[in-house]
Amino acid sequence: MAPVRDVSGFEDARAHRPGKAVPEGHDPDERGHFGPYGGRFMPEALIAAQDELAAEYEKAQLDPEFVEELGRLLRDYAGRPSLLTEAKRFAEHAGGARILLKREDLNHTGSHKINNVLGQALLVKRMGKSRVIAETGAGQHGVATATACALLDLDCVIYMGEVDTKRQALNVARMRLLGAEVRPVNTGSATLKDAINEALRDWVTHVDDTHYLLGTAAGGHPFPVLVRNLHKVIGEEAREQTLALAGRLPDAVAACVGGGSNAIGIFHGFLDDPVRLVGFEAEGHGVDSGEHCATLTQGSPGTLHGARSYLLQDEDGQITEAYSISAGLDYPGVGPEHSWLKDSGRAEYQAVTDDEAMQAFRLLSRTEGIIPAIESAHALAGALRLGRELGPDGLIVVNLSGRGDKDMDTAANYFGLVPEADTAQEESR
Amino acid sequence: MSLHEVFGDCSAADRAALIGYLPAGYPTVQRSRELFAAMVRGTDEGPGCDIVEVGLPYSDPVMDGPTIQAASGEALRNGFRVRDLFDVVSSVAEAGGHAVVMTYWNPVHRYGVEAFARDLRAAGGLGVITPDLIPDEAEEWLAAAQEHDLDRIFLVAPSSTEQRLALTAKASSGFVYATSVMGVTGARDSVGAAASGLVERTRAHTDLPIGVGLGVRSAEQAAEVASFADGVIVGSAFVTRAEQQGPEGVAELAADLGRGVRAR
Repeated sequence: MAPVRDVSGFEDARAHRPGKAVPEGHDPDERGHFGPYGGRFMPEALIAAQDELAAEYEKAQLDPEFVEELGRLLRDYAGRPSLLTEAKRFAEHAGGARILLKREDLNHTGSHKINNVLGQALLVKRMGKSRVIAETGAGQHGVATATACALLDLDCVIYMGEVDTKRQALNVARMRLLGAEVRPVNTGSATLKDAINEALRDWVTHVDDTHYLLGTAAGGHPFPVLVRNLHKVIGEEAREQTLALAGRLPDAVAACVGGGSNAIGIFHGFLDDPVRLVGFEAEGHGVDSGEHCATLTQGSPGTLHGARSYLLQDEDGQITEAYSISAGLDYPGVGPEHSWLKDSGRAEYQAVTDDEAMQAFRLLSRTEGIIPAIESAHALAGALRLGRELGPDGLIVVNLSGRGDKDMDTAANYFGLVPEADTAQEESR
Repeated sequence: MSLHEVFGDCSAADRAALIGYLPAGYPTVQRSRELFAAMVRGTDEGPGCDIVEVGLPYSDPVMDGPTIQAASGEALRNGFRVRDLFDVVSSVAEAGGHAVVMTYWNPVHRYGVEAFARDLRAAGGLGVITPDLIPDEAEEWLAAAQEHDLDRIFLVAPSSTEQRLALTAKASSGFVYATSVMGVTGARDSVGAAASGLVERTRAHTDLPIGVGLGVRSAEQAAEVASFADGVIVGSAFVTRAEQQGPEGVAELAADLGRGVRAR
């Protein structure tokens, strides 16, 4: 195999760190630890690539050209800054508290995912690699990755659990249209975690010319901090926009948490403020049913996919299968920084069932004319809860992390919106 | 007998050690005891494995190819529990074999690192191979392993820098596990030119024996690897043989590969 690229510039780059919007206190240590979480629990074969990525990112942060190019893409291609929309009719159902929606659903590709993929894709070009692989659950990260690869002329392979390829067939078509190869994964539970396993197997085999464009703020160092920093723009914009719109900081910020990238992105705008940060996980059919993915509220610390973090496991440390009606949340792990924010008490985490999320999904559609992603509907259900708790003086910012187009099949089945589907099923019996 | 002594005997006989892998509990706990005994025993034609790797079946084995994934999955579906691992290790010792465990880190983390080390030692295990634990994160494991006199076998890869080879070799004991190719476990037609280069680079940093794994399946390949390494590690080929022919097939393959490592 070819020699690993020289990353000796890493030391120099570290000596004078770039100015950061967030104080150093929120950064992990040199080896990527957030308290006892994070780090690198991964094969030695991948360490060189992780080091290379960390070094390239350090250098890129100091390179005005990179910063400018990313800023330009976010503005002129992704459509940033995204809007902050007040949801007055929706808020009537939330004890009268004011609710502001951070509109990541309006980004190009329809979710927050584009922020991360544009940043990482630029790093891929800088590293001189030509091939990108990624995992996807709901398909949003896969679509975003395929989009960035089309834009920047990179080969793209997306691993997707076979179960998800069926749930999210339209997104599979989108990715293929964009020129990506979609590889269904039928090992394990055939969902997101297995897609990640398969992507890691690909990466360890093709690490020379391939970058694994991880879609959430999890994985081995530097992914959690890299992905977080690329999504921090959500929180920075939301803070400014809230001050401009409401004249004060919010009482609470609500976001859904699967792997946790949209949540960590918006939380980071408010970490140093007296603002409650609340993450809402998917409780599926309820904790007692065993069918959920409430990792932080029900899980325990362990190591999965490169980092130490909370995860869903049995008493033997076998990873248990996660369930949610949302294909984007059913991940049995979570980013290590969320584990740290939970333990340190800076953020709090609650769980929202399928039914609660779907009610919020329909409510936002009917009261505001905005169809959210089912993932984001978990945060909306959480906001209704928080609003009733805070009362009419409350001010809540909700990260509306994605739009609901991809979820129409699921919603149609759930609410019985397409009677023809029933007829077709009857005919096929 | 320690791993150090096993490699010492092989070296005195001017040959490499044969190291065979199977998942514990595959296809069932009882059957896996028989398979390991066959692996240790070999046949009348030749002795079996000098060292066996007892794999701990895991739900998310990212370093494994389809063969070992499937076998691990079958073991789990058939009710394998972590406590069964120690039974299987004991049975290897009873059969006159030398057992190390190969495991992903989360089950050990969950069991309790110190308790795992204690119970493995009590079962007669000699060490642990950790495919997704690097020395950088192994403080707790290194302490527990030292306390319970277990060898710490870390992996090096063709992509490892000199600095990482030095760090990994320094943290290891018993032997260093060199992965012959960039990739996951699975039998391959060729072991890869990267393997001998990696062994050579690793030797510059350590006097420990170096075992080479990933891809070896035939006596010819075993002989080839034995010409530059101290240990030849075979996994997927044993799993396939166990599935097709049971203990007899495993014993035959062990004897066959044993001839390979003696023919360098």
